[in-house]
Amino acid sequence: MNGVWITVLRRDLLLAFRRRSDVATTLFFFLIVSSLFPLGIGPEPAVLSSIAPGVLWVAALLAGMLSLTRLFATDFADGSLEQMLLAPQPLTLMVTAKVLAHWLVCGLPVVVLAPLIGLQYALQNDALFVLIISLLLGTPALSLIGAIGAALTLGVRGSGLLMALLVLPLYIPVLIFGAGAVAASQHGMSAQAHLSLLAACSLLALVLAPLATAAALRISVE
Amino acid sequence: MLTVQDLACARGDRLLFKNVAFELNAGGLFYVLGENGSGKSSLLRMLCGLMLPENGVVLWDKKNIKEEAERYLSNLTYIGHLNGLKDDLTALENLTMSARATGNEVTKEKALRALAAIRVERCANLPARVLSQGQKRRVALAKLWLTEAVLWVLDEPFAALDIASVEVLAARLGEHLSNGGMAVLTTHQDVVIKAESTQTLRLSA
Repeated sequence: MNGVWITVLRRDLLLAFRRRSDVATTLFFFLIVSSLFPLGIGPEPAVLSSIAPGVLWVAALLAGMLSLTRLFATDFADGSLEQMLLAPQPLTLMVTAKVLAHWLVCGLPVVVLAPLIGLQYALQNDALFVLIISLLLGTPALSLIGAIGAALTLGVRGSGLLMALLVLPLYIPVLIFGAGAVAASQHGMSAQAHLSLLAACSLLALVLAPLATAAALRISVE
Repeated sequence: MLTVQDLACARGDRLLFKNVAFELNAGGLFYVLGENGSGKSSLLRMLCGLMLPENGVVLWDKKNIKEEAERYLSNLTYIGHLNGLKDDLTALENLTMSARATGNEVTKEKALRALAAIRVERCANLPARVLSQGQKRRVALAKLWLTEAVLWVLDEPFAALDIASVEVLAARLGEHLSNGGMAVLTTHQDVVIKAESTQTLRLSA
């Protein structure tokens, strides 16, 4: 069973490596969107650092969303999804492998780039640190919840927009706690409560989202 | 043993077929014939559990395939319309990874032998993107040389194949059936496959 999980993970990482431009699109989107705000708003450090948590989190969230539409779409189109559904192993297992691959390719690089962007927003060391931790804890939830939307909108025309409508409202708690954690540390308060809630969101999503995604995939393939 | 009872399929408001019933035993070959759009592929997808029937049940060893899905699926190999190949992976990677993703631990040598059996070993290290339609089909079919599944459900396996490959595949099917396997397939071609018992179902549109 482990072998199957690792094979799916390896396959998706290999595919991402072979199609690097897709990954680069996500990252450039994050970089550019979050760099446009300082240019548009002006170089006032006080203003920038106060909007930074929200802007960076929204940019990370949208960047992840951009790549999620492809999570199952290519598998669906070329028939490998059918084969996955017919494997004797539980589908939830393969879903978690695919979501992990997505997070490693699209979520983790955003976490790594975030401090660099944070500097543009005049974030202090403490806030930068909390930003990284909050993204690290929160982005897995984004990938997991997004997978449900990706599975539900498979094969639907205009799936991109529909998926945004389905998934973005579900992202709200993650956004509030994520941005809240950074804002709290900026105001000299402890970010621990926010970070705990963020971790709770991710854990809850880890338990429930693969089940929902697997069910949605079965419906979509039919 | 595969048992199908009173199966019916509807797409939208249209009833494609009803009262389909048959039993397939070890060594049995089952042809599903019919015009385009008569529901052949839908029937095959129902046999695999990919599609829910409007009515009726599919049983494997007298148990509903939905109840003992894991056991049924480990006895099943399905090749549909779509080849299930990733354009960016090579033929060899496609074959080994899709086998491993279903729990079949194949070695590289075994996969290469399977590709050679259906005469696409020359393409082993080419990305699937550059292969021709027939070559892609053959790479997908190569898993029939790797699988240990008893029941093969094949949707137009001979489509896009050249004459020599059709013969190779027919021989492989014959070998599988003589070893106590079963096969359900749709085809528009006249291909001779050796089987202990052959049944035919003709669906009318």
